Amino acid sequence: MALYLRGIRTPHRKNTLKQPVVRMEAPGTVTLPMAMHIGAPAIPVVKVGDTVKVGTKIGEANGRISSNIYSSVSGNVKRIEEYLPHNGTAVAAVVIESDGEMTVDPAVCPPTVNNREELIAAIRESGIVGLGGAGFPTHVKLDVEPERIEYLLINGAECEPYVTSDTVTMLTRAEDMRDAILALNRCLGIGKVMIGIENNKKTAIAAMQKMASSITACTVEVKSLPSVYPQGGEKLLIYHTTGRKVSAGKLPIDVGCVVLNCTTLAAIGAYLRTGMPLVEKCVTVDGGAVKNPQNVIVPIGTSMKDLFDFCGGLQVQPDKIVYGGPMMGVTVPGDASMVQKATNAVLALTAKEAKLPKPTACIRCGTCTNTCPFGLAPAAIAGAYERKDTEALKARLVDACMECGCCSFVCPANRPLVQINKLSKQMLKEEQKKEASKS
Amino acid sequence: MNALTKIMVSPHIHSGRSTAGIMRDVLIALLPATAAGAVIFGWRTLLPVVLCVLSCVGFEALFNLITKRDQTIKDLSAAVTGLLLGLNLPASIPLWQCVIGSLFAIIVVKCLFGGIGRNLVNPAIAARVFMLVAFPAMAAPAFPADAATGATPLAAEQMPSLLTLFLGNYGGSIGETCTAALLLGCVYLLVRRVITWHIPVVFMGTVFVFSLFVTGFDAVSALSLTMAGGVCIGAIFMATDYTTSPDTAWGKVLFGLGAGLLTCLIRYYGVYPEGVSFAILFMNILTPYIEQWTRYRVFASEGGRV
Repeated sequence: MALYLRGIRTPHRKNTLKQPVVRMEAPGTVTLPMAMHIGAPAIPVVKVGDTVKVGTKIGEANGRISSNIYSSVSGNVKRIEEYLPHNGTAVAAVVIESDGEMTVDPAVCPPTVNNREELIAAIRESGIVGLGGAGFPTHVKLDVEPERIEYLLINGAECEPYVTSDTVTMLTRAEDMRDAILALNRCLGIGKVMIGIENNKKTAIAAMQKMASSITACTVEVKSLPSVYPQGGEKLLIYHTTGRKVSAGKLPIDVGCVVLNCTTLAAIGAYLRTGMPLVEKCVTVDGGAVKNPQNVIVPIGTSMKDLFDFCGGLQVQPDKIVYGGPMMGVTVPGDASMVQKATNAVLALTAKEAKLPKPTACIRCGTCTNTCPFGLAPAAIAGAYERKDTEALKARLVDACMECGCCSFVCPANRPLVQINKLSKQMLKEEQKKEASKS
Repeated sequence: MNALTKIMVSPHIHSGRSTAGIMRDVLIALLPATAAGAVIFGWRTLLPVVLCVLSCVGFEALFNLITKRDQTIKDLSAAVTGLLLGLNLPASIPLWQCVIGSLFAIIVVKCLFGGIGRNLVNPAIAARVFMLVAFPAMAAPAFPADAATGATPLAAEQMPSLLTLFLGNYGGSIGETCTAALLLGCVYLLVRRVITWHIPVVFMGTVFVFSLFVTGFDAVSALSLTMAGGVCIGAIFMATDYTTSPDTAWGKVLFGLGAGLLTCLIRYYGVYPEGVSFAILFMNILTPYIEQWTRYRVFASEGGRV
C-alpha cells in the first residue's frame, strides 16, 4: 500500500507570503519564560533591577536537555513572575522593561568553532532549539557519534495552512543556512544533505537549489514533495526523502538521520557568524481577525497584544488564538501569552474560520482509516478507548500516532478522533505506571 | 481584544464534509434512476417510491421521539434508505406493503440496533428480502407500460437487446432497469469521492466473468446478464453502504468479489432468478471478518493487523 498519497489536501491560506516581512520595534516589555523548550526549565541568573542588553544571558540551561535564555531587548528586569504554559506546569518568567534602545551586549561575539566539541558547545550556548514548533534542544540532537549521522535532512515542508515563516526563512536567509550546512559538514563530517520542500513553494525551492549549487564540500539535494498534509511530519519527511522508516518509539538517528527545521538551521548559521544568540523570531501573524496579516521579525517574549497591535490590531473578536498552524497548533489565552522560541505562527482565528461542526454518530465510512498517513484505524481505536480496552489499544498501535489530526479533519461525523488517540496514549501510560508501582 | 478565547485541542479546522452532505450526494446520484423509473414505468410509480421515503423518515423521527433520542432525520440517511427501498420494489407493489417494508428497514434493522452506523446489514436490502419472503406481489415484476407482459429478463427465454438493457425499457424493479442512469449516478458518486471504484467494479466484473463461463464465452450474453436485474443498482448503491461494507481497499475488493460470486451462484444454480439482495446481505454479515483480514499495516511496524 503506497503511503505516499495518504494524508489530506488542506486549504493553503498562505496569504502572508504576498506581504513583505517587517521588523517590529522594541516592545514596551517582554516576558521570557524559563521553559520555551522540551526539557528542564532554565534557571534565572538575573535579579529584579538588573540592567540587561540584547543578548545578555538571563537563564542558564539546567542540565543536558535544557537551553539558555537570553534577553531580547535592552532595559531592566522589572519582575520575575510565574507563568503557566499550555502544558500546565508553572515556570518562572523574567519580565524585562525595554529602554527602547536595543543596545547589544558587548559580550556578544562569534564563537570559535573548529571541531565537533566546539560546534556542539556553541550550539548549546546559543539557546537554539527546534524552531519548527517542538522546541527540542538542537545540541542534544547533534550530540551523537558522528559516524551515525548519514543524512542531514532539512525540513522546509511547511505543510500547515497559513504558516509561511519557514518559507520566508528559505527565501531570505539562504546564506545563514549555507553557513550552517558548511559548519555541520566541517565539524560533524555530514556528507549528505537533503532539503524537503512541498511543491507549492516554487520560489523557496528555487532559492534552495541556488544555495545548494554553491556548496561543493558535500552533496545538497533539494527534494520537491507533494503538498499533502502532513508532509512535514518528521517520519514522513524521512520516508519521502530517504525511503527509510522510523518505527514507533525510535528516533531519526536510528536510521542515520538528523532532521532540522530550516529556520533552526538558519539560526545556527547566524549564530556562528555573529555570536548573537536566539533572541528574535520570524512569526507568521494571520487569521481572519488580524487586520494586516504578515510575517513579523519580533523579539522573543513580545506579548500577543503588542504583536497584534503591530499588525494593525484585531478587527473582530477572535474565537481562538493559536500558536502554530490550525492542524496541530495549541490554543493559548490571548492575554497571557507571548512569542516564544518555537513559535512559528500566531493565528487569531474568527469563529467562522475555526468553526467545527457538531459531532454526530460514526457512520463507519472508513475515511479516517484510509486517510491516516501511518495506516492506523482511528475509529477502531476510539471504540477500544470507550471500552477502556488497553489490550486492543496496544494491538492497534495507538502509540505510533503522530497526532497530525488528519482523521479529525476528514471525519464527516466530526468525531474527536485524534483527540481520543491522545487520551488513549495517556491511558496506556497510566496503566504502565500502575503496573510498575505494583511490581 | 476580549481575553476570552477558546482553549481547545487541535485540529482547529475541518474539511466541511458531513454525513448529511454525503447522504445528499447519494440522493442526487439516485435522481437519474428515479427519473428513468418514472419514464419507463409511468409517473404513478413515483407513488411507492415517495411513500417509502416518507415512511422511512417518519418512522425514524417517531422512534427518536418515543425513545427520547436526538432527532437524526436531518442526516438524510433515512431518506436514502427509503429511496433505495422504493427503487428496489416493483411498480405494482401495494402501497401498504411499502409502509410495512419501511417499518422493517428503519425500526427493526436500523434503530433497534442503535441507529446510523450501528446496523449489521443494509436496511434497504434487508427490508427487500423481508418483503420478498412475506409478500407475493414482490415476485410479480413491473413491466413498461407499452411492453407485452412476460417474465423479467433473467427468467425469460429471450434476453432483451443490449440497447434495451442499457436504457432500461424492460421488466424489473422501478430503479434497477436503466443501466445508463445508474452508471451516471456511479460517476457522480466517484467524482464526489463518496464511494471508491473497488466494490462496484469488482462486483460487476465478477458477475461478468462468471457469466462468460456460464454462457460459453459469449461476451454479449455475459454483458446482458450483468446489466439485467439488480446487479448495477446493487453494486453501485447498496453494496457500497459505508456501515455494512469493509473500510479497507482490499476489503472492498474481497466484498465485491464475494457479492459477485454469490449473485451468480444463486442466479444460475439456485431457486431464485435473482440473487443480488441475498448476496449483499450475506457479505454484510461477513464484513467484520473481512475488515479483520484486510487491516492496513501500520507504518514502519509489523503489527497493527491483529
